[in-house]
Amino acid sequence: MNRMIPPKYAQKIMNVVFWAVGILAIAILVMVIGYLLYVGLPQVNLTFLFSDPIDNGAAGGIWPSIVSTFYITIVALVVAAPLGVLAAVYLAEYSGENTFVKTIRFATETLASVPSIVFGLFGLAFFVVYLQMGFCILAGGLTLALMAIPTILRTSEVAIETVPQSYKEGSMALGSSKWQTVIRVVIPAAIGGITTGIILGMARAIEETAAILYTVGATTTVPISLFDGGDPLPLHLYTLATEGISLPNAYGTAAVLVILILVITFSTNYLVERYTKKMMGR
Amino acid sequence: MARNWEEFFIEKILLIAAISSIIIIIAIIGFVVGQGYTALGTIGILNFIFGLIWNPEYGLYGIFPLIIGTLSVVAVSLLFAVPLSILGAMFLAEVAPRTMRRILRPTIQTLAGVPSVIYGFFGLIVLVPFMRTHFGGSGFSILTASLILTVMVLPTILSISEDALRSIPVEYKEASLGLGATHWQTIKNVIFPAAIPGVITGVILGMGRAIGETMAVLMVAGNVPLIPTSILSPVRTLTANIALEMGEATGLHYNALFATGIVLLGIIIILLLIVNWVNYRQRVTIGGGYL
Repeated sequence: MNRMIPPKYAQKIMNVVFWAVGILAIAILVMVIGYLLYVGLPQVNLTFLFSDPIDNGAAGGIWPSIVSTFYITIVALVVAAPLGVLAAVYLAEYSGENTFVKTIRFATETLASVPSIVFGLFGLAFFVVYLQMGFCILAGGLTLALMAIPTILRTSEVAIETVPQSYKEGSMALGSSKWQTVIRVVIPAAIGGITTGIILGMARAIEETAAILYTVGATTTVPISLFDGGDPLPLHLYTLATEGISLPNAYGTAAVLVILILVITFSTNYLVERYTKKMMGR
Repeated sequence: MARNWEEFFIEKILLIAAISSIIIIIAIIGFVVGQGYTALGTIGILNFIFGLIWNPEYGLYGIFPLIIGTLSVVAVSLLFAVPLSILGAMFLAEVAPRTMRRILRPTIQTLAGVPSVIYGFFGLIVLVPFMRTHFGGSGFSILTASLILTVMVLPTILSISEDALRSIPVEYKEASLGLGATHWQTIKNVIFPAAIPGVITGVILGMGRAIGETMAVLMVAGNVPLIPTSILSPVRTLTANIALEMGEATGLHYNALFATGIVLLGIIIILLLIVNWVNYRQRVTIGGGYL
């Protein structure tokens, strides 16, 4: 305890410090997002969004990047969502607390903490080289799926565990099997949390750069097949920014990415609020 | 009977999905080690980790400058981030009124969701020129990278610390206030110490994030693979090294970059084991164990 400063003073000083920190956090967000939108939004118009880049991105638009982002996210989701949700179902419903389950949890934690560039190395060594996919959307999407699985798994598991025991007991009492209970009662009840997890996983896929640097290729054309190379938005921004190709276009790309992220964050928050209200209402 | 068969199969399918985490992490470790260990053999582990020069053109593969680069950037950012996060967590958990909480929580979440390229880009066009004008030099430095990294790890450390603070039984707080302590005295001497294991978990996980961060640091730290002389020196981190050189690396260079990946994996796994140990100890000592 500090004998130099009387407790009442310390309390007042700390109150000021606390509020300062809180306001600082808000200020940083506003500054970063605000500045990027301020310089970037003027660059964004329908031509920018829907036309192809000219001169390797120095002029023209970002349509192929938008398509690439969309494509690669779908691939990642199609793989990661089922794996993540089914794994969560198993952990929450079918298993006990034993060494096996603890190993799975540690593996999931580790997977969640692996640096993105190491995922990129794996994607390169495994998907691109060993499986001979070459640099393509599929390789990039699968790499991103690996990154998204822990997020989807953890969020879904929490959601499933929160389903009241009475729901499950009621269903079993009516004669349904375990799987029927899971698929008709538990999952629908947990769908809010599961969807949140999937959206968060999707957000990770959209914003990732290091993992796809060396798996997705870097072409300037619109990818058509899964084996075409692509140039998703974050990668495009990185290339434009660091190779000094076009600052205005970089600003525009950044603004598009920022808006995308804001939309995802807000919709997640909205879904979570609605879901919590529904569960509380019961 | 048919239903039992069906149940059996379904449970096995779910089991396979659950094992996927284990399979994936083993595969990642396997492939990264597989591609990297030849480099460790050729270069020699001690030469690799403690070698002072990284210059693939001349066949020199010492990653020590890169390790210092990573360490310095992470250390400085934690220096800023840990106090800010703890204060912020205390604010959110104990002091902030409802309206402020409803603004601040989404703010922290949004900060957490901003992609690293965006932070890197912002650092590149705003922070670097700012540093150049006010501190001289090129603007690319440990300090620049640390400032960006602070913002990136703050949400992680803050939310985990906040959860830890919130989970302290309210009786502790009521007892302290009942004895006449001020709110701040209660936070400082009762609530916070009880939450320390959780806070340590948050700090270590934040450290893990900082170590693994690639893009943002790459764009503002300067990418000079030399041991830094001051906080304003440019550096290159382990992660940035891989990202920058992978494109043109062949042969031993290629393997050496994978070997860097092995080092990174090793560090992360050690950090996670520490986190698990801290949590295990906390569970064994009842309820945080301070009082």
